[in-house]
Amino acid sequence: MASKRFLYMNRKAPHGSVYALESLEVVLIGAAFEQDVSLAFVDDGVYQLLLNQDTAALGSKNFSPTFKALGDYDISKIYVEAESLEARGLTRDDLMPLTWEDEDDDWAEKDSIHIVSSEALAEIIEQQDVLLNF
Amino acid sequence: MALEHGGKTYETDEEGYLVNLSDWSEDLANEMAKADGAALGENHWEVINFLRDYYEEYQIAPAVRVLTKAVGKKLGKDKGTSKYLYELFPYGPAKQACKYAGLPKPTGCV
Repeated sequence: MASKRFLYMNRKAPHGSVYALESLEVVLIGAAFEQDVSLAFVDDGVYQLLLNQDTAALGSKNFSPTFKALGDYDISKIYVEAESLEARGLTRDDLMPLTWEDEDDDWAEKDSIHIVSSEALAEIIEQQDVLLNF
Repeated sequence: MALEHGGKTYETDEEGYLVNLSDWSEDLANEMAKADGAALGENHWEVINFLRDYYEEYQIAPAVRVLTKAVGKKLGKDKGTSKYLYELFPYGPAKQACKYAGLPKPTGCV
């Protein structure tokens, strides 16, 4: 089976609804099928990658550490829209560092997060076979 | 479903996974293994403890492919093979080891 290009679009803040967690679970299940997987974070979705999230007061599980496992699942393309970050007064330093290890480069640790303009993201979307919105 | 041990009752789901992660103890792990007709040795514990650490750090139980790779890195290449892990946990390494580790069933796993 030829692998398809999957892009998961994440547009919602992490803990107010179930979208972010559901998306992450689908990503992890999908990763088992060895497809070409990318994730994009736009609008309030960029909040999903914030550092030091604490859900204790909400009484819900803080699943944000799970994003750090994506590298183990060979997911290395995580796109964050620059305009969405800027509109919220955020920079790359406010986001969790996410990395993956490149098997073809002596397991060098590389950055998974790519901050891209809205225009560049449109092109990335154009190249996909399957687009899933959360 | 429930698991009885030491005069206490622990809630489990229909496949025998603990509902409350905080109920877990080494004793309980041995008890669950005994119910499956298995006995936990040093090599089993190595994987179980690895899974508990992984869960602590990432809040998920890893898929079997990820587990195999990570075990190889942490515990040595000879142990990072599905053959080794299936010999320890014949019902599926991620599934069976997670049960004894008191973790939820791994997402999308075998």
